[in-house]
Amino acid sequence: MPHNASAIELILSGDPALLTIVRLSLVVSLSAVAGAALVGLPCGALIALARFPGRELTIVVLNALMGLPPVVVGLAVYLLLSRSGPLGSWGLLFTPQAMIIAQTILITPIIAALARQTIEDLWVEYREELAAMDVGLAGRIATLLWDARFSLVTALLAGFGRAAAEVGAVIIVGGNIDGFTRTMTTAIALETSKGDLPLALGLGLVLISIVVVVNALAWGVRRAGERLAG
Amino acid sequence: MRAPLTELPIVLEDAAVVVGPLTILNDIALTLAAGAPTVLVGPNGSGKTTLLRLAMGLLVPSRGRVTWGGRIDAASTRRAIVFQRPVMLRRSAAGNIRYALSAASVARRERAARAAELLALVGLSELGDRPARKLSGGEQQRLALARALAKEPQVLFLDEPTASLDPAASKVVEDVIRAVTARGIKVVMATHDLGSARRLAGDVVLLHRGRIVESGDAATFFANPATREARSFVAGELLI
Repeated sequence: MPHNASAIELILSGDPALLTIVRLSLVVSLSAVAGAALVGLPCGALIALARFPGRELTIVVLNALMGLPPVVVGLAVYLLLSRSGPLGSWGLLFTPQAMIIAQTILITPIIAALARQTIEDLWVEYREELAAMDVGLAGRIATLLWDARFSLVTALLAGFGRAAAEVGAVIIVGGNIDGFTRTMTTAIALETSKGDLPLALGLGLVLISIVVVVNALAWGVRRAGERLAG
Repeated sequence: MRAPLTELPIVLEDAAVVVGPLTILNDIALTLAAGAPTVLVGPNGSGKTTLLRLAMGLLVPSRGRVTWGGRIDAASTRRAIVFQRPVMLRRSAAGNIRYALSAASVARRERAARAAELLALVGLSELGDRPARKLSGGEQQRLALARALAKEPQVLFLDEPTASLDPAASKVVEDVIRAVTARGIKVVMATHDLGSARRLAGDVVLLHRGRIVESGDAATFFANPATREARSFVAGELLI
């Protein structure tokens, strides 16, 4: 595919437009992971530890929400943020912030559901020791989140993978505006529909490489941390 | 001692623990008073671990009652337990102790010194920075002892502290138990190690099938066991 050269040339020459797209993709997805972690990890831990009526149903619903269709999330956020919507006055539609909001909603259940499972497994192991040490609920949650931190990296990576790969939510609430809300995935969708398949393919390879690099970094951090902390 | 004795005596009155169709403990009448260690002996499944949990306050009796220093709802802040298979937190050895100190509301600036002191007590000073889960079985058992002592308990429950340890490691643990007793901490331990029971016990409680078969002063128990079960236990025969 001789045309492939065009995408590779863009990468090698550090094309500013491409860099803008890559940077925005990373900023949006990583911000969404941070926001979702802030909400999802404590929620997952709370559901793991608490015993309340309807807990099983909550877990089933939470697990089901891992399969939220990105376009549906995009549509819901679009309705919220559109001029006539309840949050229309914020003026966020077709901005990177709107994309971060949509992806945060999309991946919070993923992080919460995976964290719930991880923490519940650790809780079974720790329960009696922590009870014997008179550790209260907040202390238990903090302890379990901290001691499970290396396993929870996997939950964060699953969230990041979903955010980096999805196109439906960001294209609806971001609008794929050149130089402003265009991400890797929306650019690929656009180039494909324009018929520039080599460029789309090249961008796809770049996206996959970025995801691999992020995962490799996370893995390295996890291994180094485990060696230090056991 | 930073406070007057409030946990002791621990009195179990006709206590029973029933789980579903199983009666694990029945008709338990026992007083644990200050002094030399009380050693619970008996075969596997005789209810030693359950009795420790009950006296620790981790279990609520199905019948009867348990009181600590006369109170029925005493918080377990001055009682500590080392489980048969202690779970090490995913931290360094010293980190495990600092965690317990923090849980016991010891001020942050005192924790490092106290942790060093406790590590020294169990002979683990050199290993403070090592990940706790990478320590050997004997080292983990000693670390668990040090961690349990972090809250300055008045009563320390030990579940088979020397099971699966070699003689050298057992000796270290037994020395720690003696040191702890010398500090005025009441030790209540379960074991089926006859030698360990003879060396440490002030008094002995023999459990069999969830009931107390015989209890009393250790010297008398070992010299003149009154019941058939106690005689066969003391003689080292298989009590089943």
